[in-house]
Amino acid sequence: MTAVLENSAAPDATPEVGAVPSFDVTLRIRRFNPEASEAAAYWEEFTVTAYGTDRVLDAMHKIKWEVDGSLTFRRSCAHGICGSDAMRINGRNRLACKALLKDLDPSKPITIEPIKGLPVVKDLVVDMEPFFASYREIMPFLITSGNAPSAERLQSAEQRERYDDTTKCILCAACTSACPVFWNDGQYFGPAAIVNAHRFIFDSRDEGAEQRLEILNDKEGVWRCRTVFNCTEACPRGIEVTKAIQEVKRAMITRAF
Amino acid sequence: MPEAPAGTLYRGREGMWSWVAHRVTGFLIFFFLLVHVADTSLVRVSPEAYNVVIGAYKNPVMGLAEAGLVAAIVFHAFNGIRVMLVDFWSSGPRYQRVMLWIVLGLVVVTMAAFLPRHLMNVFGGGH
Repeated sequence: MTAVLENSAAPDATPEVGAVPSFDVTLRIRRFNPEASEAAAYWEEFTVTAYGTDRVLDAMHKIKWEVDGSLTFRRSCAHGICGSDAMRINGRNRLACKALLKDLDPSKPITIEPIKGLPVVKDLVVDMEPFFASYREIMPFLITSGNAPSAERLQSAEQRERYDDTTKCILCAACTSACPVFWNDGQYFGPAAIVNAHRFIFDSRDEGAEQRLEILNDKEGVWRCRTVFNCTEACPRGIEVTKAIQEVKRAMITRAF
Repeated sequence: MPEAPAGTLYRGREGMWSWVAHRVTGFLIFFFLLVHVADTSLVRVSPEAYNVVIGAYKNPVMGLAEAGLVAAIVFHAFNGIRVMLVDFWSSGPRYQRVMLWIVLGLVVVTMAAFLPRHLMNVFGGGH
């Protein structure tokens, strides 16, 4: 940036033109060490200097790399694609890599907790297995019959549009772990599994809709949804989760008669 | 096991609180119906006992509780329609928040029509 060039010419000039403002931010993190003699969750506060362009994940990196290396959390791409750093930030499920610190009012401590409803393994890492088990159960793959065509399976733009919204899912579990029904009943398939079922049920190329609807027409299937809308609010990809669940419910009713 | 300090309450938005309110009002209505069936069926056992029980309800505290009961039923009824629209009207999920404000508006209007008359009866201003 040109500002950097100007500064290097006059190093004493303050304040730096074009510099990103920095501020101190306190993160209040819910920690849990399974190896401690008295394994119980506790709150720990860390104060670090952050910049206006920093996300919550940047501040957490700073803690892990410079203050306390034992702080444990998942992250891979750090750009909102891999879906591994879903956590409860200021009481709501978000991706730490997508939540800008300055949008969260950094003048007050920012609370960070693991997502709810899944067993905590350590600090912010939860056991995702129940979540992925539900995902596998709805058969998230193309089901067809007969011989495979020699060319691609064609689909019109309208047919593709029908399930476009639910193709965006990154399986971060922000929706499922925002659902009060899932907190109280871990057997419930949860929004994410239903979203991924929706992605195939409404795909014109797929022939497994009936099987998937059969699976979700369970006591613990779509009918557990109480339209709380926490999933829709929590989805970092902006998927209209409740709408997808509602469409699966309606498909179940209309296709049955 | 040592006690862990409490976590924070999930900060859900209108959808979550409308669900909580629906649950709470549903619960209250259920208990009212339980009592209601019990005291009404008393008339078959002994009309005198029935009169005593119903007479016991005629005091300001029960009058206010009745107002609360009506408010709970009105909310539960209108919000129930909203929940059905969310499920069966294709644009329902998109307008759930607007529909909640409409529900609350209808509750206020209904209660505004009901409360003056009811409170007059309870506190003896009317007749």
